[in-house]
Amino acid sequence: MELSKTIFFEKYNVTTTDLENYLNEALSRGGDYADLYFEHRINHSIVLEEQIIKSATKGVNLGVGVRVVSGEKTGYAYSDDLNRDNVVKAARTAAFIANAAPDGGKVQVAAPLERERNLYSIPIFPAELEIAQKIALLEESDRAARAFDRRIKQVQAIYVDETKHVLIVTSEGKAAWDLQPLVRLNVLCIAEENGKRQSGYQGGGGRRGLDIFAGELDPKAIASESARQAILQLGALEAPAGPMEVVLGPGWPGILLHEAIGHGLEADFNRKKTSAFAGLVGQKVGSELCTVVDDGTIPFRRGSLNMDDEGNPTHQTVLIEKGILQGYLQDRLSSKLMRLPLTGNGRRQSYDHIPMPRMTNTFMMSGDSAPEDIIKSVKKGLYAVQFGGGQVDITSGKFVFSASEAYLIEDGHITAPVKGATLIGDGPTVLRRVTAVGSDLKLDQGIGICGKDGQTIPVSVGLPTIKIREITVGGTEK
Amino acid sequence: MSELQSTVQQVLERAKKSGAGAADVMIREDESFSVTVRMGQVETLKQAISRSLMLRVFIGQRTATSHTSDLTPVVLHRLVDETVDMAKLTSEDESAGLPEQAIHRRGFPDLQLLDPSWEAVTPAARIDLAMRAEAAALSTNHAITNSEGASFDYTRSRVALANTLGFDDAYEGTSAGLYCVPVAQSKDGMQRDYWLSVARYRHQMQSPEEIGTKAAQRALRRLGARKIPTGEVSVIFDPLTARSLLGHVFDAVTGSSIYRRSSFLLDQTGELVAAENINIVDDALMPAGLGSSPFDDEGVPTQVTPIIETGVLRNYLHSAYTAKKLRSLPTGNGSRAASGTVTIGPTNFYLKPGKYTPEEIISSTEKGLYVVELIGFGVNPVTGDYSRGAVGIWVENGKFVHPVQEVTIAGNLREMLKNIEMIGNDVMFLGSIAAPTLKIRNMVISGD
Repeated sequence: MELSKTIFFEKYNVTTTDLENYLNEALSRGGDYADLYFEHRINHSIVLEEQIIKSATKGVNLGVGVRVVSGEKTGYAYSDDLNRDNVVKAARTAAFIANAAPDGGKVQVAAPLERERNLYSIPIFPAELEIAQKIALLEESDRAARAFDRRIKQVQAIYVDETKHVLIVTSEGKAAWDLQPLVRLNVLCIAEENGKRQSGYQGGGGRRGLDIFAGELDPKAIASESARQAILQLGALEAPAGPMEVVLGPGWPGILLHEAIGHGLEADFNRKKTSAFAGLVGQKVGSELCTVVDDGTIPFRRGSLNMDDEGNPTHQTVLIEKGILQGYLQDRLSSKLMRLPLTGNGRRQSYDHIPMPRMTNTFMMSGDSAPEDIIKSVKKGLYAVQFGGGQVDITSGKFVFSASEAYLIEDGHITAPVKGATLIGDGPTVLRRVTAVGSDLKLDQGIGICGKDGQTIPVSVGLPTIKIREITVGGTEK
Repeated sequence: MSELQSTVQQVLERAKKSGAGAADVMIREDESFSVTVRMGQVETLKQAISRSLMLRVFIGQRTATSHTSDLTPVVLHRLVDETVDMAKLTSEDESAGLPEQAIHRRGFPDLQLLDPSWEAVTPAARIDLAMRAEAAALSTNHAITNSEGASFDYTRSRVALANTLGFDDAYEGTSAGLYCVPVAQSKDGMQRDYWLSVARYRHQMQSPEEIGTKAAQRALRRLGARKIPTGEVSVIFDPLTARSLLGHVFDAVTGSSIYRRSSFLLDQTGELVAAENINIVDDALMPAGLGSSPFDDEGVPTQVTPIIETGVLRNYLHSAYTAKKLRSLPTGNGSRAASGTVTIGPTNFYLKPGKYTPEEIISSTEKGLYVVELIGFGVNPVTGDYSRGAVGIWVENGKFVHPVQEVTIAGNLREMLKNIEMIGNDVMFLGSIAAPTLKIRNMVISGD
């Protein structure tokens, strides 16, 4: 594609000369590198609640972020519109980080626009479709949840879509663009019986068209699963407290890897040596059964990107291979300072945020064990299949994640459901305690949101069934 | 200000022309500066003015909302028309509508939200505040070997709001925060902790040296942390962690969680829901309060709302919508999310101080855990079930014994509120929600 065909040139009259001017302004105080991040993002959301369409919302975000790098220092400024004076002002503000004479060279943006592949090639973006089609998905969700069980008293179904145009231009003359779709449907149910109330939640989505809700992620499946969880919780026992053997089910429980391992392997924390994993590349950090990958190149996944938010192609990055730590997730700054190759993990929430190393789709490769054999091998333990959220302290390595659906395992059999409990462990040791890895790797359904330094981005996680020798379960039943 | 107010009026006019029966428009403009320093060097410097316009339209009792950062007239006009079109496709909702309290009026109180003296602080002086905080932390002790940095943030915000009932007003405020995160190292590993100060006025800020030193001391005291055995003991929440408990109470008393029946405090007004020494209030009128404002994001005048008085639940907090739905009155807690939809937000929501110093609370404890950080999301707002990862200090015979990590604390918020035994005199405001030190008996700690 030609630069002139991007939305920023076509609709907002940006020109190649503008780009060069902005970058020259950005380097006017002698920075080493500058880039421009143009973003045009449209969001739609529709909420169904109490069986009516309560609200519909549209959002427009337009702006450009200007970054100037000088050594380890970053200057950042942005403008909420593409007015030339305002962008120049932002470029001059960002330029202030540097304090040297400019090298006299002028930036030339001559390179053709890069987009070598499209991981989310879809015929029609959800945003372009009639709102009525989206309302139909919500109404179907509501019907399915209520039909699942009479004890379902409240259903909230939310549809959201996003269309994001991105143009990145660097002082090295490179230009890259992308057009990113994202869609998601969430269903929250409240079940009530004899004065007891419980909730269930399920969602699904990805970088796809609305056809994503025609297959296994149809609204009926999502809503029934949400309702099933709420009903199940009505009869759940208090969760146990103390260290236990734990089996994690496939899919979304991969949040364990995201918290326990993934964040600690983001290059910024390792460059600054504030991560519990700093300096451990080449060392054994997990059992030989564990191979952990971050892969931003899986078609249509929520965490996938053609390019990261610095314009570099995403990769499949092996983080841990058979228990040995292989490397970190890099953005441009850390990769330069650590003299390690880029991995395409520089991401940002939007134009008003500085990019940093982030995950894409993070998962563990399948092993050899049959999932049912893993359960059978446990005498007394916990089987956790659904999770709420998790968090990690990068420096101490301690992480938690909260089960929302879990069962006791007694003598090799799954028995009573237990209430949600928080599992707590230590990132650098939890993988050493993995004693079985199932053959059933599954990615989550497209619901992950990751937060770091106040920036949230979409991600995916995945896991086969795994067994952990011991992890502390934080229930109330001693 | 008047420029924002005139944009707001233009959008309202357009909405009326496009067929909206009623509408309200809000613009928030933030002028922000933030700097992060690390190991004595500036790491990032960020400066910008950002604007966001939020529109809500009603057609009869159907509603739609929109927001945009792009305020060029062409984009605004198109968005107004699209929002009106969207509203036609939503359902009739008998509780929808503008709050009738949000009409033109004079004489909002001066809540002292703006400290103009910040403008005189140069970028170099702002950077220096962060530098000094980090330097103080790094020089506290040789075991402070590293730093995640120190940051200074400053925002001057302007809000302009108008509706088709004639409300048209604006206000302006400043706030700043200084934050420091040192890393301590021993043979057992690394520990980080933080300390901060947040205020609207310069003179309310703690000195960078105090912040850096306190952050370092907090990191140092975590060195050598270990697990403790599983068991049931008293838990003391410091003001930072107690604040998160108040956040759960806030979520449970919002009108939206009540009508959705997703609150552990549902249907309990007039009942004893907490220990008799507990008083919780939402006070929007606190002078210079971080959550204070003359009117809410729907134009409703703000107020002081008692939530729990001597342990008895008195009121839920409402937007116009939830008030109408639950046959109550708006409490001035309407809050516009970035998406433009109205939710319910805290103003200054806090647990009133008790009579004990934190030292008295610790020394009264035979065996217990003093919690300084909580991680994870293990709180079920519907049932009140509570289970979170905790970092703290083990207390025995009234004294700190050793730091603790990799444990969880669990219970149920309903019982936890009733089991609050002692309340500190040390309420600390770092945002809209605040609490003093709290001691809660009989919580389950899960560790070894």
